[in-house]
Amino acid sequence: MAARAKRLIPVAAVACAWAAVLAAQQAPARRIISLVPALTEALYAIGAGPSVVAVSSYDDYPPEVKTLPRVGALLDPDTERILSMRPDLVLAYGTQDALKAQLQRTGIPVFDYRHGGLADITATIRRLGVETGHVSGANRVVLEIERRIAEVRARVAERPRPRVLLVFGREPLSLRNVYASGGQGFLHDLIDAAGGTNVFGDVRRESVQVSTEMLLSRAPEAIIELRVGAPPAGEQARREREAWQRLPGVPAVRSQRVFILHGDHLLVPGPRVALAAEDVARALHPEVFR
Amino acid sequence: MTIRRRLLLTCAASGSLLALTCLVAPLVGSTQISLPRALDRSIPFADNVDAQIFFIARMPRVAAGVVVGAALASAGVVLQALFRNPLATAETLGISAGAALGAILAITAESWISLGPFSPVAIASLVGALLAIAVVYLLASAPRRPLSTAVLLLAGVTLNAFISAIILFVQYLADFTQSYRAIRWLIGDLDVGTFAPVLGALPLVVVAFVMFSLLPSSLNLLSVGGDLAATRGVNVVNVQRLAFFSAGLATSAAVSLAGPVAFVGIVVPHLVRLVVGVDHRVVLPVAALFGASFLVGCDLIARTAMAPVELPVGIVTAMIGGPFFLWLLVRRG
Repeated sequence: MAARAKRLIPVAAVACAWAAVLAAQQAPARRIISLVPALTEALYAIGAGPSVVAVSSYDDYPPEVKTLPRVGALLDPDTERILSMRPDLVLAYGTQDALKAQLQRTGIPVFDYRHGGLADITATIRRLGVETGHVSGANRVVLEIERRIAEVRARVAERPRPRVLLVFGREPLSLRNVYASGGQGFLHDLIDAAGGTNVFGDVRRESVQVSTEMLLSRAPEAIIELRVGAPPAGEQARREREAWQRLPGVPAVRSQRVFILHGDHLLVPGPRVALAAEDVARALHPEVFR
Repeated sequence: MTIRRRLLLTCAASGSLLALTCLVAPLVGSTQISLPRALDRSIPFADNVDAQIFFIARMPRVAAGVVVGAALASAGVVLQALFRNPLATAETLGISAGAALGAILAITAESWISLGPFSPVAIASLVGALLAIAVVYLLASAPRRPLSTAVLLLAGVTLNAFISAIILFVQYLADFTQSYRAIRWLIGDLDVGTFAPVLGALPLVVVAFVMFSLLPSSLNLLSVGGDLAATRGVNVVNVQRLAFFSAGLATSAAVSLAGPVAFVGIVVPHLVRLVVGVDHRVVLPVAALFGASFLVGCDLIARTAMAPVELPVGIVTAMIGGPFFLWLLVRRG
């Protein structure tokens, strides 16, 4: 009997060691560095904020991140500082290959992320919940996003769907270098959820540089411009809207359906995406939001 | 063949090529339009998308291509003769870099200082280019010393590198979407959207061409050597000054309109010299005409090659101009 018990000791030891390895692998991250603002927002939304030890140089939401150390961003991650902070999870963008390779060599887990569509946003938040041990928090955030977007869809369901050009950048006071959402990505999905049809829905890219000819030939019935930051002073805002008057033949310009929306949440594929969907829907279909 | 006859013949040929390019270019684009419908006055303009595309999108673009192509090509001819250096262009002299710095500051600061037909980015790039010209000139013309083309060239090259570093620094501080837009501006593109910016840049280009018209004979002598030119009665410093400022002015106007479109200032002059010889009385006007058709032609490719999306013309000029130029060199060698 005793001999049998003795024989079991190594088995038990191996089992314990195996369990410890598994536990270590599945232990929620406690020292997280996020290099992607959208993911930082998601971490705070699901309740993992206290585990965030550093963020990217572009992070400014939620306000708590403003006091955290900054360790570079997409193109210039400060690998040395990142390593010195001894993170147990680094959230990096898919194209940061050099950084990912260095982190993997030192055994630091990397959360690999790329921007995608609306469905990818909620999937990413769930995945973050698992990695950080905030599964229920993540579920709550995802359900809230899905509920609010479903509500937006329901409100605009019966309305005619205008052909929408969604612009996210152009030269000041001019219609040169206009960038708009193509037929992929969360901005394209936002147009759809908000009750519009993307004029570049057929272009299988996230962004399109739009020439004057394309603005005229695609003939959008509504133009939505998303801009980061607070709205400018009245005079400048008026002149920015007036820039579109150079193309009076575009249906959206003719029917005065050019909307310039301002806000830091509009271009971030994170937990505030439902708010952005509501803002776009309100511009496209004001009658159902009265 | 007399020079007059040769001039007439080559200008007629390059002029016809330009006329043909300008006729074809507005008919083709990323969208199919019908010319009869575009010209049909019975349809109200506001409802006639074909007419809008033809007159608002394509015609100003062709006009911008003509002005920018002619200006950059002639400026290249003049600068290469002035410095007796086949590689001299407005880029080597820091003029394009000055314009780029201005444009990038306007983009990153979200400037809204505009003036008549000049948008904030156009005006900032024009000011940047003119400042760069002034700085290079002041460095090269110390008091009581003749203008030195060697110093002019070196000062330009150094200023170019220095401003490029500042540009990178500004881009580094800018946010991601701003630096993206700045990079796209640096590629160069002709989609001006209306005739207004073209008309705004035109007076500067016209002044530069009037100055160019005084230069050819002196440039011929100058390209042999300053001393020889002086013995033939050329006021060398005055000619150098006129050449530098006229080329600078033409480049500033072109770059503020279209961004620093690559390769036109170097490929076109060399191509033209390969075909018509080295006499600047022929090279300069032919380069202006051929430069215009070259850029309009490249823009035609830019607008159609990847339809429905359009490429910035600077990518096409560099991608066609580079290999074509190399092929000519090898073939000639």
